[in-house]
Amino acid sequence: MSKEKLVLIGNGMAGVRTLEELLKLAPEHYEVTVFGAEPYGNYNRILLSPVLAGEKTIEEIMLNDDQWYADNHITLYKGKKVVEVNRARREVIAADGTVTKYDRLLFATGSNPFIIPVPGHELPGVVSFRDIYDVDAMLAASKQHRHAVVIGGGLLGLEAANGLLKQGMDVTVVHLLDTLMERQLDKPAATLLKSSLEQRGLKFLMEAQTAAILGDDRVRGVRFKDGSEVEADLVVMAVGIRPNIELAKKIGLHCERGVIVNDTMQTFDPRVYAVGECVQHRGTSYGLVAPLFEQAKVCANHLAGFGYARYQGSVTSTKLKVTGIDLFSAGEFGGGEGCEDVVYKDPGHGVYKKLVLKDNKIHGAVLYGDTVDGAWYFQLMRDGTDVSDIRDGLLFGQAHLGDSGHGGQNAVAAMADNAEICGCNGVCKGTIVKAITSKGLFTLDDVRAHTKASASCGSCTGLVEQILANTVGDYSTSSKEKPMCGCTDHTHEQVRKAIQSQRLTSIRAVMDFCEWHSADGCAKCRPALNFYLIAAWPGDVKDDYQSRFINERAHANIQKDGTYSVVPRIWGGVTNAAELRAIADVADKYKVPTVKITGGQRIDLLGVKKEDLPRMWGDLNKAGFVSGHAYGKSLRTVKTCVGSEWCRFGTQDSTGLGIKIEKMTWGSWTPHKFKIAVSGCPRNCAEATIKDYGVVCVDSGYELHVGGNGGVKVRATDLLCKVETEEQVMEYCGAFMQVYREEAQYLERTAPWIERVGLSYVKQRVVEDAAGRAALYQRFLESQQHAQVDPWAERAEQGVDQHEFVPLKHVV
Amino acid sequence: MTVSSTATVIAMKQWLEVGKLEDIPALGARVVRTPRGDVAVFRANDDHIFALDDRCPHKGGPLSQGIVFDHKVACPLHNWCIELQTGCAVAPDEGHTGSYPVKVEQGVVYLQLPAAPAAR
Repeated sequence: MSKEKLVLIGNGMAGVRTLEELLKLAPEHYEVTVFGAEPYGNYNRILLSPVLAGEKTIEEIMLNDDQWYADNHITLYKGKKVVEVNRARREVIAADGTVTKYDRLLFATGSNPFIIPVPGHELPGVVSFRDIYDVDAMLAASKQHRHAVVIGGGLLGLEAANGLLKQGMDVTVVHLLDTLMERQLDKPAATLLKSSLEQRGLKFLMEAQTAAILGDDRVRGVRFKDGSEVEADLVVMAVGIRPNIELAKKIGLHCERGVIVNDTMQTFDPRVYAVGECVQHRGTSYGLVAPLFEQAKVCANHLAGFGYARYQGSVTSTKLKVTGIDLFSAGEFGGGEGCEDVVYKDPGHGVYKKLVLKDNKIHGAVLYGDTVDGAWYFQLMRDGTDVSDIRDGLLFGQAHLGDSGHGGQNAVAAMADNAEICGCNGVCKGTIVKAITSKGLFTLDDVRAHTKASASCGSCTGLVEQILANTVGDYSTSSKEKPMCGCTDHTHEQVRKAIQSQRLTSIRAVMDFCEWHSADGCAKCRPALNFYLIAAWPGDVKDDYQSRFINERAHANIQKDGTYSVVPRIWGGVTNAAELRAIADVADKYKVPTVKITGGQRIDLLGVKKEDLPRMWGDLNKAGFVSGHAYGKSLRTVKTCVGSEWCRFGTQDSTGLGIKIEKMTWGSWTPHKFKIAVSGCPRNCAEATIKDYGVVCVDSGYELHVGGNGGVKVRATDLLCKVETEEQVMEYCGAFMQVYREEAQYLERTAPWIERVGLSYVKQRVVEDAAGRAALYQRFLESQQHAQVDPWAERAEQGVDQHEFVPLKHVV
Repeated sequence: MTVSSTATVIAMKQWLEVGKLEDIPALGARVVRTPRGDVAVFRANDDHIFALDDRCPHKGGPLSQGIVFDHKVACPLHNWCIELQTGCAVAPDEGHTGSYPVKVEQGVVYLQLPAAPAAR
């Protein structure tokens, strides 16, 4: 069978990215021909600003050179403009008469700069800022001439002005309005930006309307409506871009401002697709990298014949590529009916932050000077998170909620290349920048995969996202909710809903029903599915051990050298001489190299060989111990202080209550690890206020606290409510754990879960709705009927999963 | 195929019985202890069998303990993905661990190991 023919019109970023995605999916499907009007290969247009500023070279921003096209057997016609398409005959005709047949046609014609049609706009020395030609023209002018005028004080104009200033020119920016970058900034932020740019030497003429460009054989000045003039040897028109739809219109494709496409990037002619800046999708055109690349991915999926991807629009944020200026803007920051502005202003430090809230959700954000929380606000905005519970501290950033991971660094633009960004994996700023530029990375996930930065604990994510924005030029993410993993398009919530409503009881059934793209799933989705099934149908679902992480499969913690650690459960942290003696005997018998007291009031036996685990557990079982589940996404410990039995300050029996709670909750699987503590008085010696569920005893009863944790992002608990009896403490505990088990995403701890759904919601479910609480508690207890089986005893006594612990064979 | 010496050819032809297919859980692995180190024998969901050195090219993690999916395994220590067929890390990670010929005949798994303990 001969290959189908695909023709791409437009050798730019969006079109070529579509080809790259297509080659990954179906490398042999098409014979590909590319027409590009420019005489270059494909380069990163967004990085023209750093080229103009002398911070990068053209070579550094090339994405695909001639060799790439040759290697992939793609015919590239450089400098050949397509002038006609005969859709009936399925032929593309270039200006030189070249005729190419197609089965599928891809439009990626990009956009054109808008030129104000004032007298003199065609004089030599008047340029736009769109391609390598323009940059070359500007660089040449900067070597011979002194005075530059940039018309347009938007993103593009300011970047051009900054570049020319760096090339040694005297630059005046002319802007029609009184606010720079009015589409991204409000007045206070624009004022800070203007004064900062003025300090660098830029001049501004605000509220100035250009009337004419003066000159005879070359530009020599600009005249304004009010009659005033300014000297100019170079005029840069940077007042905006328009989708380039000339050809599309000519051949009768339905266009409005751009070429109209549906969610599969198909135009009104089913054989013709379109991506990139020339496109209008759901009424919006995009000029940023991430949306274009997402369109490319979707388009490639359909060109390859897979037919399941959908582009649902993007929420974008903006970043000014002027070195040393930290600026972030996203969403509707202008306000309007029903909107409230929350503003932080510190002119002395050059910091300004504004959040626009509507219906308790972030509607827009403008940050200047300190943009570390841009990514966080952007996420809250994109997810439509109700922020009413955290709005008190919202402007102080995620740090205020307890993020301690980025060492107080907030301004990434000013950081040195050798500054460490990711403390877990030891990744410096320079390494990340280098990976982004040399490997052509555009998304956070790309950076994580290539550099491992922010791939472990994630606390430096905001910094990495900023570096990405600074280096790539912009940053945006999809508006659609994130799928569980690459194996599916469905979110965690959608999958859980399907498990419930369709009564799916095996991983296979879930994958079939939800149309998983991969045969077996992956190491990310399988453990999640296994948990969701167990949580939904306790007792009815067979636990799929091959879909569990090794720690939960072997019921011990794997260590860096492949040995395991063993932590017996010590109820409420209370033990006795006989138990300690038994642990000491086990440590001797199995030659345990390290014995350590854990933070959860237990004893950790480290360095145990896997083969020894079942026998060791058997010995521990005989002394009355069960598994401590120190290895699981499960109830870990209930930490206690000594309470009223001994302590002169103790108000209640915190130790006894802790033991009761642990007896009730042990063995339960949860989305992530779950820790509990009970303190006997408000001095809180058991540190109950950094636990997932913390009880602080007071004279009149018990304060219940939820959603705390130590670790990467220290977060103190929120007060859930106060109750009067131990029975209530137990019921609220079971109900809270159950709603967390039923609704949080796998690997989401209670702290981020509560921040996502809001404390009010949790209170409503656990405190206000008494009947609902009782039902949750019942479901928790029912689930525990099946969960409270000691996995150690099963393996030590009943021979469960012996294959896990014994080698298949010894070869001598 | 060119081979460096006759001795290797003879050694390479020795199939070693290591156990029954049913002894290895589907989407799982078992370890064969050898003088040259542990070898992980994997069983994919389609009953294909693979054998790799039980050492991740990243930090030496025991691959036999990882989660198996398609013809890949995710290392339990830092989640690198390794191709079961070749022992190569899945891009963008780079690295390689040794792989060995395996076959299944009438439900019995056979493994080929080089004759002498290899210097590692």
